[in-house]
Amino acid sequence: MTTELFIQYLMAGITYGSIYAIVAIGFNIIYNTTGIINFAQGEFVMFGGMISITLLQFMPLPLAILSAVAITMLIGALIEICFIRWLKSPSVLRLIIITIGISILSREVAVHIWGESIRSLPYFVGNEITSISIFGARISPQVLWVVAASGLMVICLGIFFQITSVGREMRASASNRKAATLCGINTQNMVTLSFVLSAGIGALAGCVMSPITYSQYDMGTGLAIKGFTVAILGGLGSSGGAVAAGLLLGIIEAFSVSVVPLAFQDAISIAILLIILFVRPQGLFGSKEAAGLKEF
Amino acid sequence: MKKFASKFLMAVMAVSLCAVPALAENIKVGAILAVTGGASFLGGPEARSLEMLVEEVNSKGGINGNKIELIIKDSAASPEKAISFAKQLIEEEKVLAIIGPSTSGETMKIKNICEQAKTPLLSCGAAEVIVNPVASYVFKTPQKDSFAVKKIFMEMNKMGISKVAVLAGNTGFGKAGKGQLLKLAPEFGIEIVETEVYDKKSNDLSAVVAKIKANKDVQAVINWSIVPAQAIVAKNMRQAGWDVPLFQSHGFGNIKYVEAAGAAAEGIIFPAGRLLIADSLPADNPQKELLMAYKKNYEAKFNEPASTFGGHGYDAFTILMAAIAEGGNDRDKVRAAIEGLTNFAGTGGVFNFSAEDHNGLGIDAFQMMTVKDGKFVAYTGK
Amino acid sequence: MKKLLSILPLLVVVIGVHLLTSATDTMYYLTQMTMSAYYSLLIIGLCVLMGYAGQISLGHAGFFAIGGYLSAALTTHSLIPHQNTTLVGLLDSAGLLLSGQNLYGEALLVVTPWAACIIAVLTAAIIAVIIGIPVLKLKGHYLAMATLGFGIIIYRVALAMEYFGEADGISEVPPFVLMSGLSVSGNFSDRVQNYYIAWVLLLIGMVLLLNLIDSRVGRALRGIHGSDEAADAMGVNTARFKLQTFVLSAVFAAVAGVLLTHYNGGIGPSEAGVMKSVRYVAIVAVGGMAHLWGALLMGIVLNFLSLRGVFGSYDDAVFGLILIVIMLFAPNGILSLNIRHRLKHFLGRRKQDKEGEA
Repeated sequence: MTTELFIQYLMAGITYGSIYAIVAIGFNIIYNTTGIINFAQGEFVMFGGMISITLLQFMPLPLAILSAVAITMLIGALIEICFIRWLKSPSVLRLIIITIGISILSREVAVHIWGESIRSLPYFVGNEITSISIFGARISPQVLWVVAASGLMVICLGIFFQITSVGREMRASASNRKAATLCGINTQNMVTLSFVLSAGIGALAGCVMSPITYSQYDMGTGLAIKGFTVAILGGLGSSGGAVAAGLLLGIIEAFSVSVVPLAFQDAISIAILLIILFVRPQGLFGSKEAAGLKEF
Repeated sequence: MKKFASKFLMAVMAVSLCAVPALAENIKVGAILAVTGGASFLGGPEARSLEMLVEEVNSKGGINGNKIELIIKDSAASPEKAISFAKQLIEEEKVLAIIGPSTSGETMKIKNICEQAKTPLLSCGAAEVIVNPVASYVFKTPQKDSFAVKKIFMEMNKMGISKVAVLAGNTGFGKAGKGQLLKLAPEFGIEIVETEVYDKKSNDLSAVVAKIKANKDVQAVINWSIVPAQAIVAKNMRQAGWDVPLFQSHGFGNIKYVEAAGAAAEGIIFPAGRLLIADSLPADNPQKELLMAYKKNYEAKFNEPASTFGGHGYDAFTILMAAIAEGGNDRDKVRAAIEGLTNFAGTGGVFNFSAEDHNGLGIDAFQMMTVKDGKFVAYTGK
Repeated sequence: MKKLLSILPLLVVVIGVHLLTSATDTMYYLTQMTMSAYYSLLIIGLCVLMGYAGQISLGHAGFFAIGGYLSAALTTHSLIPHQNTTLVGLLDSAGLLLSGQNLYGEALLVVTPWAACIIAVLTAAIIAVIIGIPVLKLKGHYLAMATLGFGIIIYRVALAMEYFGEADGISEVPPFVLMSGLSVSGNFSDRVQNYYIAWVLLLIGMVLLLNLIDSRVGRALRGIHGSDEAADAMGVNTARFKLQTFVLSAVFAAVAGVLLTHYNGGIGPSEAGVMKSVRYVAIVAVGGMAHLWGALLMGIVLNFLSLRGVFGSYDDAVFGLILIVIMLFAPNGILSLNIRHRLKHFLGRRKQDKEGEA
């Protein structure tokens, strides 16, 4: 394999990987505060992309993206308030099924609003054929946007959860809900906030990736499955783990093309996940002790 | 016990409620199309075209005074639903004929059902197995894959290209096309040096493009699919700074894909029906008038560009109407009428059906096209 | 014996539906009733796994597909090109091969449907054991993800392999001759016998499962659902019971897959899709997780309506909506809602309110 080809695969892997990582981080934020895996996470990404494309007809690109993120956050809040908030100690099974239902419904709403055809945002810089050269490999500048956006998100989230008081309250609600309530934290609002945050992150991801991957009403499911895979690989709840696992999975997928037919790519990444689940259910980067405290 | 009995009484009631008496005054035509689901970019435009046409025909008083009643069933590209709907349409609705399904996989599942029930089926599926071997009641309107492949290979011979890479989507369309490409390549002295199949939902193919680009033998790429990934292949190739000719299949006949690929779509060469270049056809072309009318009406009614996919539905419907005008409300007579139809201009080409040919289109139904300044234009060579 | 009695009313209904449709000249309903019965066979199996053993499976369409695809491929793809291999020779001498012709006069050499069916169901069972041992150690989201992943792998393999017809699936699957004069096929003339084949099979499945959940195993399973640890402490071998139920439900799914494929005369990748698995889970949930009769009723009703295209383009939307509504308001299933009682309660309260206002 030439260096050029190696770097080309690597960059492709990093592109997929950053996208998977952002979706996985969305999963983690909600999981951390509620213990729920939100199967509708992929639909936030879809809504972000679709709404920004629609808004672009009326406003400039940055504003359209910001508004789309805000609207999707609102959708996230509404979903939590309508479907999750008032359930009294629901079982995991029940929550899984509810979020799957939300995901199906969101998709159906989207297809009836936007139809079945594909749409995309324009490239932020340059156009479809612009590329920059890195060590002889050529990539689209949009890839840098995706990587930068995911990096920025991880940093901002880190700061938010470690430094701000709201972030600390969210972490408190996550680690012990009862104790947090006793300390005067409104844990219910923290849950809503987690949905808002993860909807916003999903929507932003949907916008930055739209020029590369296009947006379509049914793009959510595939992303959710990949994001979920990555979240579990990295250890549920760990943002750093999600980034590492996302990049790892993306790079494995990219390089797997050189060995096995592309048609089996997904089967392989899922098989890796199953093996990890069987031997290390806490994930590649999750600690066993922390996993032992969680209710799987 | 009593509880169970009451539950099952409920079930029986639910079943019997569905029994709706059938009206038998109009001519009933069934359609099984993938309006939603994975093949909705086919079924959607097809269903909309049919709705538009039925309205047109009925507003003109129907065929020989008989109104057409169209029953569209959404199969979501699931064969099991197509099977259930086919049986339902044939026995319960007693339709005269069935239009669709949108995909080859579904069509192959109901081919024998229609044959057995002696109900004409006008498929919008692409694969050649639908009409080869010929089943007497089964027809199809999309052009044959093998002709599209031959057109491409002929063009390649002219350009002096002999080693190519083939990419295909994992849909029925991609599968059938890949099969024909591999089968016909030796006849044209073309060697296929790389083959890859990608998922219909693929959203980035830069890795696989890098892989085939690394093979220095590849002189051109043929991409055979019907999904949005067609635009992605083009983008990823150009972004990688790879400028070998890119050939696509007739699945590229949707301006949406050109818009999506933007600058990367420029120079893509592909065979397609003449709908896409209707404006620039000479006035004496037999298809010109109907193509212009279809395009104008469709675009006015649905506010989206007409595609060749919707055209397959259009052709199936107009062929059936012509056959009904001749054979009336009789399955056998309509079947015979379709088989006897010649010189019939449709969106896909000029149809000449016969007992041996249930597709009716020749290789001239295809025109090589390319993309220039974001528009489809006839390809005239370099 | 008691179980057999409780099945009797259902048998009466089955015969009743046949007589009713034949009297009203609406026999075509039996087509979808037959298909629904096969799907319901899978659903009652899944119900025992989910409701009684408490293990979610988002990959049951995978087992259905293993049964359907293997049986279809073995009985449809001709072995003539491989005639000289030892395996084919062995099969032939064991009397498991059938030579014939297809509709267009080509010579065929295929595996007999009985042998294919047994191979398919056994394969599903073996895969269930192999997958089940590690998967059933997981809980909650991890279990959901693992079973979902299994389903996706089966879907991908079906979609990627030439042998399974890639996107087109397998067509022209021959009828399954159970015994002379009785065959599983979609021919219009075989409709009534196929209706009874499907329903008798479903009834047998019901009796088996009803007996199971009332037996020692059933009590153990309920214990597992309540609390793994407690059941373990009571000396119940939870791992074994969970695995047995998992394999049993996989076998139910595979049998349904085999027979429906022969009835339909083909199978496509949509049968293995994630949405299919989700749909089965939805139906079990709507029927009430631990409610075999509810699952059966919902399996029949919802599949019947869906296969008749009643929901039109909103088919998936309807299922999504049902999922949400049931899980929000009636997590124990639609039959757990004592509607009369609730209505009375509601009306009574309204009355009180009014009186209060006055």
